[in-house]
Amino acid sequence: MPDEPSSLAHLPLAAWHEAQGARFTPFAGTAMPLVYGQGVIAEHHHCRSQAALFDVSHMGVIKVSPFAAAERVEMLTPGDLSGLAVGRQRYILRTNAQGGVEDDLLAFNDGHDLFLIANATRKAEDLAAVRSLLTPGQEARLLSGRVLLALQGPAARAVLAEIFPEAQAMRFMSAAWVQFAGQAILLCCSGYTGEDGFEILLPEAVAAQCVERLCAHSCVRPAGLGARDSLRLEAALCLYGQDLTPEISPVEADLGFALSKRRLKAGDFLGAPTIIAHHEKGAPRRRCGLVPQGRQPVRAGAQIVDAEGARLGEVTSGLFSPSLKHPIAMALLAAHVTPQTELYAQVRGRLLACTLTPLPFWRKRSGGPS
Amino acid sequence: MTKTYYSKQHEWLRFLDDGAALVGISVHAQEEMGELVFVELPDVGTEIEAGGGLAVVESVKAASEVYTPIAGSVVAVNEALSDQPDLVNREAEGAGWLVRLNPRSPGEVPDGLMSAADYAAFLLS
Repeated sequence: MPDEPSSLAHLPLAAWHEAQGARFTPFAGTAMPLVYGQGVIAEHHHCRSQAALFDVSHMGVIKVSPFAAAERVEMLTPGDLSGLAVGRQRYILRTNAQGGVEDDLLAFNDGHDLFLIANATRKAEDLAAVRSLLTPGQEARLLSGRVLLALQGPAARAVLAEIFPEAQAMRFMSAAWVQFAGQAILLCCSGYTGEDGFEILLPEAVAAQCVERLCAHSCVRPAGLGARDSLRLEAALCLYGQDLTPEISPVEADLGFALSKRRLKAGDFLGAPTIIAHHEKGAPRRRCGLVPQGRQPVRAGAQIVDAEGARLGEVTSGLFSPSLKHPIAMALLAAHVTPQTELYAQVRGRLLACTLTPLPFWRKRSGGPS
Repeated sequence: MTKTYYSKQHEWLRFLDDGAALVGISVHAQEEMGELVFVELPDVGTEIEAGGGLAVVESVKAASEVYTPIAGSVVAVNEALSDQPDLVNREAEGAGWLVRLNPRSPGEVPDGLMSAADYAAFLLS
């Protein structure tokens, strides 16, 4: 591996990851486990068949107090926050004046405060944006001294339920505080893999104990950022910085479910004119699924052209799908593209034919592609 | 015993009895890449200069260029890799060879290539 610059931060559980055979990669200023001994493909399959454990402590957790501040914080997004029920999570997008996306976040109402889980590269900007809207008596801070884990896969629920009986009945997108080793930890029924699973927020002091307890189950194995990327792309989940950027609107990204009628009507978030116009009249581009013919992967940045060579758009994420055993890609394409349009990806001077495919590429429990 | 030479970019080169040369990536290189899912090979007949791009090996997430240590022309590519790209992982320095070249200067080993022992030492440095 290349030498890491000494300014890289280390995860609280770095020593544990090393002991598991992790190879680290710099990501958002932190040395993150990229892969462990078995390899990306094995970790990917393990998540889909059993349970994979990810350490995503590089992400930011913003605590906004009290929850009533959601009325202010929701001005950052065309999504609804003030109506978020106790014990529920919601996916929201922070927008900019051009109607593009500054970050995608998961919001949670625990009945007292509002929590926002933010991407590592954007958490500082998110915190500043939240603070700029608060009124006296309200406050927001980035939590420190925490570890954020994700246990994902068909075996995840049963494993967690052995430690936390509450986990057995939790519904997707719910969250609850539970006790572990005398500390309050947050269990969220959500994830970034398309599998059933949980995200766990816990104090550093009890994190090592928790991972040891989880990995005592033979069905649980650690997995790194490599597998995390192939899993989320099969599930057609957006990666901020690739599929979502300050230049892509929520409508172009096909994330209409993150828009609230009430908030669109209020129109008081950044980029409202553009986003409302996209929502009501259609956007000029659209996030699409592509399957390249053949075996050659088509990766982010590849240009998509039609049979005459006219540019239709570009790939925002692409790789080889371990579960489907062929390449998959998401691309931002001109709105006029239909399943009948001949599509070609430009890869290293060659044109590779691609087929438009409905998303997601992979659905859990059906046992195969959608 | 035919000698295998290694480049700093982790390619290997082996001259065959008939004067042709095989090129592939080292065991170390395949370990770094992880399981390969695709290998892009040149067309037979391609003329190539020393240090030029010869092939591309791809893992789930990344593509990596393979360079030729010597100048020559491509006389064959490893057809087995189209169905089994991971043959490169399993037998990087044997059955997982990438390209067979007709060297422009037969038998000539360019400066900068290492013996197996020197390459092993290079990997530890």
